[in-house]
Amino acid sequence: MINILIAILVFGFIAAIFGALLGYASVRFHVEGDPIVEQLDALLPQTQCGQCGYPGCKPYAQAVADGEAINKCAPGGEDTIKKIADLLGVDIEPIDENHEQNSSLGNGPTVAFIIEEDCIGCTKCIQACPVDAILGAAKQMHTIIIDECTGCDLCVAPCPVDCIEMRPIPETIQNWQWDLNKIAVKQLD
Amino acid sequence: MEPIIERINQNKFWHFHGGIHPPEQKTLTSSKPIKQLPLPKQLIIPLQQHIGRQGDLLVNVGDKVLKGQALTQSLNPMAVPIHAPTSGTVSAIKKSVIAHPSGLSELCVFIDVDYKDTWQTREICQDFTQLSQQQIINKIASAGIAGMGGAGFPTHIKVSTKPEINFLIINAVECEPYITADDLLMCEHSEAIVDGIKILAQLLNPAFILIGIENNKPQAIKALQHATKGIEKINVCVLPTKYPTGGEKQLIKILTGKEVKSGSLPIHSGIVVQNVATCFAISDAVINDIPLIRRVVTLAGQALTKPQNVWALLGTPVSHLLEQTGFVNELNDTIATPQVATPSVTSSPVINPPVIMGGPLMGFSILNELVPIVKTSNCILAPSKTEMPSAFDNNSNEVECIRCGQCAQVCPSQLLPQELQWSAKAKDHQQLTKLNLFDCIDCGACAYVCPSQIPLVQYYRVAKAEIRQQQQFDLKAEQAKARFEARKLRLEKEKIAREEKHKKAAAARKAVLNKKSADGSSASSAVAAALARVKAKKKAQQQATSSSENTVSELPVTSNKATETNNESQVASSEKQAHKKSEQKATPIKSTDDKKSKIAAVVAKAKARAQKEREQDQHLTVSTNEKVTTTTADTGDKKSRIAAAIAKAKAKKEQEKQKASLSVNDSEALTSFKSSNKEST
Repeated sequence: MINILIAILVFGFIAAIFGALLGYASVRFHVEGDPIVEQLDALLPQTQCGQCGYPGCKPYAQAVADGEAINKCAPGGEDTIKKIADLLGVDIEPIDENHEQNSSLGNGPTVAFIIEEDCIGCTKCIQACPVDAILGAAKQMHTIIIDECTGCDLCVAPCPVDCIEMRPIPETIQNWQWDLNKIAVKQLD
Repeated sequence: MEPIIERINQNKFWHFHGGIHPPEQKTLTSSKPIKQLPLPKQLIIPLQQHIGRQGDLLVNVGDKVLKGQALTQSLNPMAVPIHAPTSGTVSAIKKSVIAHPSGLSELCVFIDVDYKDTWQTREICQDFTQLSQQQIINKIASAGIAGMGGAGFPTHIKVSTKPEINFLIINAVECEPYITADDLLMCEHSEAIVDGIKILAQLLNPAFILIGIENNKPQAIKALQHATKGIEKINVCVLPTKYPTGGEKQLIKILTGKEVKSGSLPIHSGIVVQNVATCFAISDAVINDIPLIRRVVTLAGQALTKPQNVWALLGTPVSHLLEQTGFVNELNDTIATPQVATPSVTSSPVINPPVIMGGPLMGFSILNELVPIVKTSNCILAPSKTEMPSAFDNNSNEVECIRCGQCAQVCPSQLLPQELQWSAKAKDHQQLTKLNLFDCIDCGACAYVCPSQIPLVQYYRVAKAEIRQQQQFDLKAEQAKARFEARKLRLEKEKIAREEKHKKAAAARKAVLNKKSADGSSASSAVAAALARVKAKKKAQQQATSSSENTVSELPVTSNKATETNNESQVASSEKQAHKKSEQKATPIKSTDDKKSKIAAVVAKAKARAQKEREQDQHLTVSTNEKVTTTTADTGDKKSRIAAAIAKAKAKKEQEKQKASLSVNDSEALTSFKSSNKEST
């Protein structure tokens, strides 16, 4: 009987020590926020377009961390889904049909463009822009800072005079990609 | 450092890993002198011909320009100016196809040549040793000199570095097959090149100057040795022929045994490498005040009947050069009629037989005959079908990698080309970076030896461009994120501010309302007064009734007294009762009296406050009136009318207030009168 008591006491004592240790560690090494959300957010394209149904990339990252489907990011496309799947260790899902990019301009990156003659200066697009990439004031013509535009097309719908359109980014020497089909292979024999 | 020089003096050099020995094909052009070409009709000068940024235009369409006149300028140190290669008229400034593998168009200045070749005024410097370092650097910068070996890095940046330089290496290797431009330049202008080297030495003050040259250029070696005779600092190092000895890092390794670390620059090891053609351009610029407007271009290949090195003005369309060297279009079996350089680019045909800008290993095929010669184009290669069948064959003969490992053996950067190739096909950018893709110098040795004919370099180029773009996207995403967060923060702040403002506004409204109620207490007090009056009336009535009751009750008592004294007790009790009743009635009257007095007090207070307010208001109206009068003096009727309206409104208010207060006074008087009445009763 006494042996059992001793055993219980000993184990109780050990449990208490480890409990205290764990408690201390959880306080000492406390991590602010959920690191997985940060990692997910880093994978998302940061267009802040809201096509996933969340107001921005971070909220969607949070939602994915909480169990939301990983296939709702239209601008990210397959690549992003793959990366998220890798990170979370889940299966790759095909991109959600509702969230597929239905752009007639193809898959290339686009930027918004304001037809300035038609702009009435209502500032509605400025309020819609998630990254403050539209410059202008009430009753003044607006314009898009192309370098800051993420191509989320959130500004297109609010425009009352339909003077905003999405345009593909022009190809220049700086962003040109080698095309293996275009350049014949040159080799000396 | 000393052992390095000793070794070099003994003609012993280090080796770099790998390398290949392709057929040199240099004899096609190496024995012929550099030819001066007749001027083309039109020159097309791209604004940007080098790494860095383009400058701002100095000329407009229609301007007459002189030979050597600057066409652009910029304060940005990474921008290099361009100059008019000959005199003429600027006929257009527009986008045109440039010397780039993409075949994309960039902004170019079109100059219609006037065939007079009039120079702008030049200042020929007799003795460059008298010039200060800054003067020399300024001259180099304003002459628009960019590295002529290939990358086109702005030279004035490369030579204005501060750290101590151990070795100045002059790259005269020219290891790529076919190309003999530097070779001929050294043969014909060795003195000028050595002058350029001396200028560089004056700038950088290196401990040693090494000229690296391959042993397949005996003429050039002889010329250089002759020109450098008596200059102890300069060593002409004759190196064994191997491709790609001319690579910057490879040349450093061969000459000094030092390896430049991945991601670092030679300057960090105290080494500066300059191309011979750049040295020539420097001496031309500093001594003769000739900006970089021409260069030696090798025109080679079996499709040319007269392959030769030529002095080509920058901006000369390739079609002009091909015409001058007898280009035969094999596909048509006729001598190609070269397209006259017309301003409209769209109408110019695409060349059918391949024309390659640069060497056979590192060059790219150009898609348009109007592509102009730029600062970095050293060779135009027009191969025949037998010479380079793969160039004519658009279908790739690529087959699967057989893992022979030959590519790894020849890679001068000691990379693993086959691994890179797989990762590049899989677009595994992380793995590519891990395998040091960015140390690849695009030399093409791996593709040259590949038995499966895999175009390895092309894969690497694609992958490099993709990674760079990805990096740009990442950067952009980072910026977008920052802006998004900033916006969210701003909106939140604005929301809080707005709420606070609303709260304040509400508080202010309340305060105003309170004030108004205090202000308008006259109105409410009027009501109160009316109520008081009504109450007083009631009381009076009550009193009247009670007194009548008393009299009524008294009356029977007296009658009873008179008639029945027995009932005295009864009467007394009734009297008592009546008294009680009256008392009972009197108490509520008393309470109403209390109430009344309270109300009166309140009313009085309110009155006093109202009086004060009124006084203030009066002050205000007076002041506003004053203001109004002052303003009316200078701003006419409308304002005065408005002011009058305001004044009227104020006056009306005042009147109302006074009325109200009057009524209050009345009511008070009434109440006091009534209460006195009551007391009397």
